[in-house]
Amino acid sequence: MYLNTIALSPERIQRFQEIASTSIGPLIEGAIKYTIPLAIIAFSIGLIIAIFTALARISSNKLLRAIARVYVSIIRGTPLLVQLFIIFYGLPTIGITIDPFPSAIIGFSLNVGAYASEIIRAAILSIPKGQWEAAYSIGMNYLQALRKIVLPQAARVSVPPLSNSFIGLVKDTSLAATILVAETFRRAQEIASMNYEFLFVYIMAALVYWVICFILSIIQGRIEIRLDRVVGKSGGLS
Amino acid sequence: MISIQGLKKSFGSQEVIKNVDLEIEQGKVVVIIGPSGSGKSTLLRCLNVLETPNGGVLSIDGQKLDFNTSVSKKSISAFRRLTGMVFQSYNLFPHLTTTGNVTEGLTTVKGLSHKEAVKKAELLLDKVGLADHKDKHPFQLSGGQQQRVAIARALAMDPKVMLFDEPTSALDPELVGEVLRVMKDLAHEGMTMAVVTHEMRFAKEVADEVIFIDDGVIVERGAPAEIFNHPKHERTKKFLSLLQV
Ligand SMILES: Nc1ncnc2c1ncn2[C@@H]1O[C@H](COP(=O)(O)OP(=O)(O)OP(=O)(O)O)[C@@H](O)[C@H]1O
Ligand SMILES: [Mg+2]
Repeated sequence: MYLNTIALSPERIQRFQEIASTSIGPLIEGAIKYTIPLAIIAFSIGLIIAIFTALARISSNKLLRAIARVYVSIIRGTPLLVQLFIIFYGLPTIGITIDPFPSAIIGFSLNVGAYASEIIRAAILSIPKGQWEAAYSIGMNYLQALRKIVLPQAARVSVPPLSNSFIGLVKDTSLAATILVAETFRRAQEIASMNYEFLFVYIMAALVYWVICFILSIIQGRIEIRLDRVVGKSGGLS
Repeated sequence: MISIQGLKKSFGSQEVIKNVDLEIEQGKVVVIIGPSGSGKSTLLRCLNVLETPNGGVLSIDGQKLDFNTSVSKKSISAFRRLTGMVFQSYNLFPHLTTTGNVTEGLTTVKGLSHKEAVKKAELLLDKVGLADHKDKHPFQLSGGQQQRVAIARALAMDPKVMLFDEPTSALDPELVGEVLRVMKDLAHEGMTMAVVTHEMRFAKEVADEVIFIDDGVIVERGAPAEIFNHPKHERTKKFLSLLQV
């Protein structure tokens, strides 16, 4: 009967404390076992896809360019939730069944791959032509110039937008709840469906995400200060 | 040593280099002068194939590239290694230290070990007067210092010829001297050099030959004293009078 009580009676506050102490464990477990690994693995795979996609998009090969463009267009032009549903609920109907966690990895990696490829492409294009020419002038070929001269500089340019993508990804992983990955938000849904304290439990889940993102933004700030020190505030691009 | 025969280069429908022939002997310094847009940079950039000529035959130290036929990327790379280039805007690698700028080509292109490369870089940085700045990044150096690093970076690859495209034009006047001094030393050591510059004093003191180029053709060439004191062509006279030499 006090389930229906709107007011914050002493009993209800007492109850919040109980729920907090019993559910914080599962929420953090969901973060450590699923949310964070999902974000890290998908981001790593996504970055590799992104680098190759970016290179394909700036290559002189028409076919490569077209494939990369279509891939980016499809991923960016369709909702992430729909993509996850196609992978997890759609593919089994043609005989391809993938477990929840790998499904999520596939979906999020493809997503990071497409969005980050735009960031990396812009970063590569932002490196002055003179850098390529200087690399060629000391005898480097395209791949050497790319690997040794252009990508290291492009990486520095991409760090701020890529860290933003990573923080965005951490939050987006909550969508994996819909394909049965037992990550933070799904844990919250399960707990709330038992005790009906939706507001309180979902706020707790939100706090878990916020703490993770807060820590990430501190790390991001440190990395950026360090990069500035190495390359110089002005970018040092002579 | 260097020979250019029938060199042609167009950008779209604009012919920028029109059938240029030029020989540069081993150890000679050639200064190229001419009005803005006359094709000086393009000529140098064709020599190390940063621009692909539309026709003509280039030859350096016995290696030949015939642009009247198709030319492979590999042979362009090999040919380019015969030349070193110094750009107006230095184009140092900002993510590398002074030493790193010089060693990068040695390790990546020449396959030297890190240790050998650093040793060679130290010698070269000492030579251009930057021994005390080897751990700095380009943004911590003055323009003159950056340009001297760029010269060391090019020299590291042991080029047969050094190409300079207005190496002092981006520098504050008080920094021009230190770069010209390094170039002079290089000339006295017998380096073959092609230099695009507006520094007429450098041309008079160092050049074996001055070439005046206008509208994609070599209008006049000769010893510096000859060109500066007794130019034969109207266009040369006009250009020099504008420079007030
Ligand atoms: N990449 C390019 N694309 C199109 N046109 C070009 C390109 N590079 C040079 N040109 C044109 O070719 C002509 C010759 O240019 P170039 O840079 O060789 O002249 P320059 O003699 O070096 O002039 P400056 O003294 O101003 O440096 C100019 O008209 C220029 O606009
Ligand atoms: Mg020029």
